[in-house]
Amino acid sequence: MIDIQNISRIKNNQSIDLNKITSLSYEDFFDLSIQIFEQDNNHCLNYFAYKISDGLKFIMAIADDQNHSIILLSHFLKSSEKLELRSLSEKVFALHIFEREIYENFGVNFLNHPWLKPVRFAHDRSNKNIQLCDYPFYSIQSEELHEVGVGPIHAGIIEPGHFRFICNGENVLHLEIQLGWQHRGIERLLLEKKNNLQRNLLAENIAGDMAIGHTSTFVQTMEALADKKVAERTQIERVLAIELERIAINTGDIGALCTDAAYHLGANVFAILRTAIINFTQLWCGNRFGKSLIRLSGTNFPFTSELKEELLEMLLRFEKQFNEMAYVTYRLPSIQNRFDFVGTVTNKQAHLIGAVGPTARMTNLRRDIRVSHPNSTYQKFPYETITMKHGDTFSRFMLKKKEIIKSIAWIRNLMDSYPFENHTTEKPNYDLTLQPDELAISINEAWRGEVCHCAITDEKGELKHYKIKDPSLHNWKALELSLRNVEISDFPINNKSYNLSYCGHDL
Amino acid sequence: MIKEVKVIYHNGKQYIPDLRNAKLKAPFRGRPEISTAKVNEQALVDICPLGAISSNPVRIDLGKCAFCGECAFAFPEKIKFTQDYKIASNIRENLIVKEGENHPIVFDKSKIREDIKNTFSKSLKLREVSAGGDGSCEVELGACGNANFDMGRYGLEFVASPRHADGIIITGPITENMAEPLQICYDAIPSPKIIILVGVDSISGGVFNGSAALNRSFLDKYKIDLYIPGNPAHPLTVINGLLDLTRESNNK
Repeated sequence: MIDIQNISRIKNNQSIDLNKITSLSYEDFFDLSIQIFEQDNNHCLNYFAYKISDGLKFIMAIADDQNHSIILLSHFLKSSEKLELRSLSEKVFALHIFEREIYENFGVNFLNHPWLKPVRFAHDRSNKNIQLCDYPFYSIQSEELHEVGVGPIHAGIIEPGHFRFICNGENVLHLEIQLGWQHRGIERLLLEKKNNLQRNLLAENIAGDMAIGHTSTFVQTMEALADKKVAERTQIERVLAIELERIAINTGDIGALCTDAAYHLGANVFAILRTAIINFTQLWCGNRFGKSLIRLSGTNFPFTSELKEELLEMLLRFEKQFNEMAYVTYRLPSIQNRFDFVGTVTNKQAHLIGAVGPTARMTNLRRDIRVSHPNSTYQKFPYETITMKHGDTFSRFMLKKKEIIKSIAWIRNLMDSYPFENHTTEKPNYDLTLQPDELAISINEAWRGEVCHCAITDEKGELKHYKIKDPSLHNWKALELSLRNVEISDFPINNKSYNLSYCGHDL
Repeated sequence: MIKEVKVIYHNGKQYIPDLRNAKLKAPFRGRPEISTAKVNEQALVDICPLGAISSNPVRIDLGKCAFCGECAFAFPEKIKFTQDYKIASNIRENLIVKEGENHPIVFDKSKIREDIKNTFSKSLKLREVSAGGDGSCEVELGACGNANFDMGRYGLEFVASPRHADGIIITGPITENMAEPLQICYDAIPSPKIIILVGVDSISGGVFNGSAALNRSFLDKYKIDLYIPGNPAHPLTVINGLLDLTRESNNK
């Protein structure tokens, strides 16, 4: 048995020689990973496979929150062997989605997996005999039950996905969510396109409402692969953009939840307030979603002292109006009555499914990359995690408000302590020489939670594999659990309170 | 109650009174202008990550442009992005901006179908279908109806059911998995109906162009009535495009 002290570890935004990653037989890998996940402060960031000449190589990245490091393990399955492995999900349920993904992409059969079904019906999946449109949903035979199917096209202007409810009268017994409609083949395109600016643009389009979160993680991964040091100023600006994105989307979400609770004043005012933030982002980089702001090695849009002044003024106005509206909204009995104790996910469940970001925090599960794996900016300007206790819709609603206020305070502190006077930000540079046979990993706490990108190069320094993990990959399960024994009419407020990504999941 | 009145008072007037002539500030990137300055054209063509620039004479196809601005940073003497957001057109070719021709994007009213003018000039209800859209165009379409832009004042609205719709508005590059649902939705809309493409992904595939996970055959079957470029399209671009399509005069 291998000693847990001697396994390969790296820090966030670092890279490692592929040969230095602890490689184990599947039996040892199985036992060791169970041992690692027994500790509460370890959770799986990513677990994926990729083809090499004589078989499949599996990599697992585990976040060790206590030691602020990332554990890397690998195992190997020869092409001559049977594509069959004992499922880890039986013991560590949070891994279920990763094993499903590997099953879908390479046809590896995980024995005793609780429900081995395709994740997203990717175009390059191993079994093309089944199409997304013919997917057989879980069903229960009973004369007292009925099914409700919603989607892929929904009533509002949102992305497509299918929800299948099994109901007993108005009560939902079971909800199954099947996604994949948005699959655009991004991971494959990232390898096919050799131009780094094209890749940079692809990263912006992984999820447009979290463009800054994904693009920041992409550039950090590529810079780590190229061993490229980026100016402190640029790193700080990226984090500032992430925090602005967090404020904007959370404000919009609060407004959207007000709409679903039929509170029109809140709906309108919070939508207006969101506009103030995204219009500032437009003033900074010309795009309301921060597309074109985050670039490899530098940026075309430095955060100038004029922008700093404008930002502080805008935040002052924003905060005043936000607090005034929130004071009324959060005390409103009709809002409280609508959201309280609806769609509860317990701390134990969140832990089980490997929930990340706000979905974890609303159940008092303290998962926040800004604190557990801080990049240099958060090391210099620390952030304190906020958690809620109950895990219901109101907890999610409240957490959004608290995170907005906290992010504003964090930005103020940054503005007070860091001089943005001189214009010395570096320009983008897309000519990166990637280190050969290397693996780089980057994680960021974006507004939806933990974004993890992982890239691997071949012996010539070309990208060989690129793996993207959006926090929604874990968190969709939380929405399914929220709906158990809840009235079906509560689905919209639950769905909106999570605001998970379809395209981030489908890639 | 008094607190709520105070909120309304403090928020003041939020709507943009004139959506036809509202001004946007730099660095917002709208219609580009290409000067006649001599530059290394091949280098200029190569810099565009989406192949939107072609040479001799230099042209930028806004249907392929992600408005990232890289060309303008590399060749500031040649390319300049203006803040003109009225860049939608009913003719695909009119989205191509040529060297030395600095005029607004042309909307060819004579090419609009008669039944569009007759049927939709006072009210237009649209069903939006996201077919691989990344969420940003969808959010911007949602913003068209908010208190700032308030396109409802023109009778423009998004509806839940295709049965209630006058047309379909497509975002995203159209994935293989969405091809069938998109077709079903379109078929469910009663005639006369229109098709609108919003965003670079939907007009040309954008950065996803060439991906094996797409199926854009739907677009080959029908005539597209309106192209609204952007990445994502700004709400002002969307609303002005819809008005140009359905209104006789430019100022209504």
